[in-house]
Amino acid sequence: MKKISLLLILALLLTTFLVGCGGGGEEGDADNVIKIGVFEPLTGENGGGGQQEVDGIMYANSVKPTVMIDGVEYKVELIVSDNQSDKTMAVTAANYLIDQGVVAVIGSYGSGVSIAAGEVFADANVPAVGASCTNPQVTSANEWYFRVCFLDPFQGTVMANYAVQNGAKTAAVITQLGDDYSTGLGNFFMDAFKKLTGDDNSIVVNQTFQQNQADFNAILQNVRTANPDVIFAPSSITTAPLIIKQARALGITAKIMGGDTWENITIVENAGADAEGIVLSTFFDAGLADSSQIAKDFVEGFSAAYYTPVPAVSALGYDAYMVLLDAIERAGATDGDSIKAALNETDDVEGVTGSVTFDALGDAQKNMAVIKTVENGEFVFLQAVTVE
Amino acid sequence: MDQVTLFQNLVTGVSLGSAYALIAIGYTMVYGILRLINFAHGDIFMMAGYFTIFAVSSFGMPWYITILFVTVVTVILGVTIEKVAYRPLRESPRMSIMISAIGVSYLLVNSATYLFTGLPRAFPQLGFLQKVYHIGDVSAPIVTFITPVVTIVILFVLLYLVNFTKIGMAMRAVSKDFEAARLMGIEINKIISITFVIGCSLAAISAILYFSPRPMVFPFSGFMPGLKCFVAAVLGGIGNIPGAVIGGFIIGLAETFLVGIFPQLTGYSDAFTFVLLIVMLLFRPTGLLGEKIAEKV
Amino acid sequence: MAFEYKRLNKTTKIILTLLLIAGCIVLTYMLDKGIIGTSYTVRIVRISVIYALIGVSMNLVNGFTGVFSLGQAGFMAIGAYTVGVLTIPLASRPNVYYLVPISEKIQDLVMPFGVALIIGGIFAAIFAALIGTPVLRLKSDYLAIATLGFSEIVRAIIANNQMWPITNGSLGLKSIPTFPSLFIPVIISTVGIAFMVLLIKSSYGRAFKAIREDEVAAEAMGINLFKHKGLSFIISAFFAGVGGGLLAAHLTAIDSNQFKIMVTYELLLIIVLGGLGSVTGTVLSSFMICSGKELLRWFDLPHSIGTWKIPIFRPGLRMVIFSLLLMTVVLFWRRGLMGRKEFSWDGIYNFLRRWPWRVRRLIRGDYSKKQEEVTPNA
Repeated sequence: MKKISLLLILALLLTTFLVGCGGGGEEGDADNVIKIGVFEPLTGENGGGGQQEVDGIMYANSVKPTVMIDGVEYKVELIVSDNQSDKTMAVTAANYLIDQGVVAVIGSYGSGVSIAAGEVFADANVPAVGASCTNPQVTSANEWYFRVCFLDPFQGTVMANYAVQNGAKTAAVITQLGDDYSTGLGNFFMDAFKKLTGDDNSIVVNQTFQQNQADFNAILQNVRTANPDVIFAPSSITTAPLIIKQARALGITAKIMGGDTWENITIVENAGADAEGIVLSTFFDAGLADSSQIAKDFVEGFSAAYYTPVPAVSALGYDAYMVLLDAIERAGATDGDSIKAALNETDDVEGVTGSVTFDALGDAQKNMAVIKTVENGEFVFLQAVTVE
Repeated sequence: MDQVTLFQNLVTGVSLGSAYALIAIGYTMVYGILRLINFAHGDIFMMAGYFTIFAVSSFGMPWYITILFVTVVTVILGVTIEKVAYRPLRESPRMSIMISAIGVSYLLVNSATYLFTGLPRAFPQLGFLQKVYHIGDVSAPIVTFITPVVTIVILFVLLYLVNFTKIGMAMRAVSKDFEAARLMGIEINKIISITFVIGCSLAAISAILYFSPRPMVFPFSGFMPGLKCFVAAVLGGIGNIPGAVIGGFIIGLAETFLVGIFPQLTGYSDAFTFVLLIVMLLFRPTGLLGEKIAEKV
Repeated sequence: MAFEYKRLNKTTKIILTLLLIAGCIVLTYMLDKGIIGTSYTVRIVRISVIYALIGVSMNLVNGFTGVFSLGQAGFMAIGAYTVGVLTIPLASRPNVYYLVPISEKIQDLVMPFGVALIIGGIFAAIFAALIGTPVLRLKSDYLAIATLGFSEIVRAIIANNQMWPITNGSLGLKSIPTFPSLFIPVIISTVGIAFMVLLIKSSYGRAFKAIREDEVAAEAMGINLFKHKGLSFIISAFFAGVGGGLLAAHLTAIDSNQFKIMVTYELLLIIVLGGLGSVTGTVLSSFMICSGKELLRWFDLPHSIGTWKIPIFRPGLRMVIFSLLLMTVVLFWRRGLMGRKEFSWDGIYNFLRRWPWRVRRLIRGDYSKKQEEVTPNA
C-alpha cells in the first residue's frame, strides 16, 4: 500500500512537472506574438472584483487583439496569473509572469498586492499599468508602475465633500485592520472631513475590524450611541453587506458610505433591501456614456459579451489595456525601457473612464469621480464630482 | 455605557456566545472521546453554510426541509472525514492524527475556494429568522433571540442523552478507557461515529443560527469561529458539555463588551480570546468545569 | 540470496560530500548569474531555502523534542518586522510611513542587514522565553493551542494602532532592501541548519530525543524537562525569527496578514512530508513543496481538448490537488520522505544497489524470503 501510494505520488509529481514544462514551452514560438501579463486576484478575498477586472481586459483584447509595432503586426497574448489576494503569493505570481516573458503587466485589483509586486516588476524592468489600485503607495517611489484610476486621497476628499454638502456634521469611520486600501482611504476621508467641517472632533467614532470578521454588532452599537450623520466604511465586498445589514438591523439610520469597491452588484444582491440608499464613489457610469463614443461602444459591447450592469473595474481594465497598447505602438519596440518611456509620454488618450494623461509619478490625471447610490436594487447615478 | 448599549451588547454577546457554544460542544465531545482537537470542525461548519445556500437557492427547499437537509449532509461529511482521515490513524501518535485534522481543514478550505470560488455568497433568508424585532430600544433579528433558547434546549437534551441513556453510558465509558470499553462489548467505532453525528449536526444547526444574522459565507468564514470555539471548549473544561456552553457564552460576551467598553481596542477582539485562553491555561489548565486527567505512563 | 548492506569507505564519502558541496556552490553561482534558470527559478530557490531554515527550526521542536508547537508564524512575524523596521533606507521612510510618521526613537536607526537579522532572531527568542516559561508546562494539545493563540496575539499587536509609529500598523512595510545575491540566503540558511544539526548531535540533542520518546522516562533519567524543552523552543524561535527576517528581505513588502496561522500549517505540512525528526527530509520537502506549488500552477489555467474546454481547470484546482497530495502523505505514507532517517551516502548507495537486486529476485520468482532484506542500523 505504502509503496503503491509512494509511486503514485511520484508519478503524479513527475507528470505535473513534465506537463507544466511542456505547457510553458508550447507558446511563444511564433515570431509575431507579444505577451502581456494580467496580474489579478482570482481567488481569495478579492477574487470577485479581480475576475470583473480580468473580464474587462479580456474584452479589450477581443476588441483589439493585435498591435502594430514598427510596421509589423503582433498578436497580443494575455497571460493571467492569480495572485490569490495575498502579498506573499503575489510576489511569486508576479515572477511567474516575468518568467513567461511578458513585455508589460496590467493589474491588480487590490492595492496591497500591487505594492508587494511592484518591486518585482521594477527589478525586471517590466512596466505595469494598474487598473483600479487606488492607494498612493502603488506608484510613488516606483517609476515602473502606472495607473489609469484616481487615487484614494482624491476619493476620500470627494466623499467627505459629498457628506458635508449634504449637511453632515459628524461621521463614523470603520476600517479594516491590516488592509492598505481600507485604512488609507479611511484616513484620507477623516483628514478631509475634519478640514471641511473645521471641527477636529467631527469624527465621533473611529473603529477597526479584523479580516474575515462577521459580527459587527458591538462596533455598530458604539456607532449607534455616538449617533453620527454618516458612516464611512471602505471595505471589501465580503464585509460591506454584513456592515450594512447589521447596521440597519440595529436601527441605525445614518447614511452609509463606501469607496469604489462597493460598486459591485453582489453587495446589492447580498444586502438586499438594506442596501437602498448607500452612497459610494466610483470611476465611471454607463449613464454618462452618451457623451463619449468610446464609452458607448464599450458599454454596448461588454454588455453583449459578458453581463450588465457594467462594473467600473471592467471599464478600468479595458482602459488600462488600451493605454498600454497605445504606448507599445508609440514605442515601436517591446523592451521595457521603450514602453516605459512611451507610457510616460501618454497624453490625453481617450478612454472609457475619461482621458488618461500620466503625471510624473505615473498616475492618471483624473479629477472626476462619480457618486452613486442604490435605488430599487440598482446603482443610480447621483452626481459627477470634479475637484481641481 | 448607557442602558440601551448595555442591553444591546448583552443580546449580541449572548446570541453570539450561544452560536459559539453549539460549535464548542462538537469540539468538546470529539475531544472527550478521541483526545483529538478536530481542527476541521470550523470548516465543517463553513461547509454547512454553503449547503444551506444550495438547498435554498438551487433546490428551492422550504426552510424546515432545509434545516433537515443541511443537518444530514453535514453529518455525512463529518462521518466520512472521521472514517477516512481519523480512523486509520487511531493507533498512531497523537501528533499525527492532529496533523491529519489540520490537513483536512486545509483541504476543505481549498476545496471550498475551488468549488464555490472566493466570492462571498449571500446566506438565504430562512422563514422568519431574519425579521428585525424590537424590545424597547434594543433591536435585533429574531434569530438573535432564538439562538440562546435553542442552545439551552440542546444542552439539556445532550445532558439527558449522555447521563441517562445507554448510548450515553457507552460514550462515557469510551472516553474513560478505550480498551476497557471494548472489552465490555462496546462497539468503539459505532460510538465514535455517533459522537461525530452529534457534533456535526450541532455544527449544522449552529451554522444556520450563526449565518442568518451575519449572512455572508466564504471559504474562510469557518476559520476564526472554529478557533474561538475550541478556545471556548478549553475555557469551560474540555470534554465537559456544560463547560463548552459556558465557555461559548464567556467568549461571546467578552468579545462584545471589549468593544463596547474599550472602543479603541476593537482591533484586539480576536487576540483577546487567545489572551483569555493563555491566562486560563496558566491558572487552571483543566478549565472551569474540567476534571483533572491523570497522565498515563 | 540475502541483500547485503555495504558501506562505502570513508574517502569515497568525503569525496562525494565535497563534490556535492561544490555542486551546490556552482549551481547557486550559475543561478545567481543567470547562466541557468530565470528570475522566477531564483525566486523559488530563495523561498525554498528560507522555508527550509524555518522548517528545520520547527522540526527541532516538533520532530526532535516532541513538543507540538504551532507558534512559528508569530516568531517569523517578529523577525520579519524587526528586519523591516531596521533596514528600510532613511530616504524611503517618509514614503513608507505616510499616514503616521515613524517614531522619533527609531527614525534614524538603520542597521546592516546581518545585524538586523540577528536582532530579529534575538527578539523572537526573547518572546519565546517569555511565553515558553508558562506555556511549556502544558500538555501537548494545550500547548499547541496556546502557541497558536500566541502567534495570533503577536499579529494583532503588530497591526493595531498603538504600534503604528513602529510597525506602520495596517499599512505594512515596504521598500525593504532585498538580497544583492542568491548566496546570502543560501549561506545564512545553511549556517543556521548546520548549527541545529550540531545541536541535535550533541548531548542536548540526545536529551531532546529522549523527551520525545518518553517524557516520564526521560525525567527519571535525570533530564531536566523544562530546561531542555525551553532550550529547544527558544533556539527554534531564534531561527524562525531569522527565517522571518530573510522572508522580509525576500518579499520586500510585508504586512501582518502574511503571518496568519495558515503559514504555520503550511510549515507543519512541510515537516510532515519531510519526516518529523529528519533535517534532510525537511530541506528536501521544503524544495518539493515550494516548487511543487508553482509547478502545479498549470492546473489553474484553462485548458481545452480541441475546442472543448475542460471544465475542471479553473483557479483553485492547484491548491486542491496540493492538499490532496498532502493528505495522501499523512494517511498512507506517514513517515514522510525520510521518516527519522537522515541523508547518507550509504543509504543512497544501498538504495541504488537494492533495485537491481530486487529485479533479479523478481525474475527468479523468489518472493518468499522477503525477510532476507536486512538493513543494519545505519
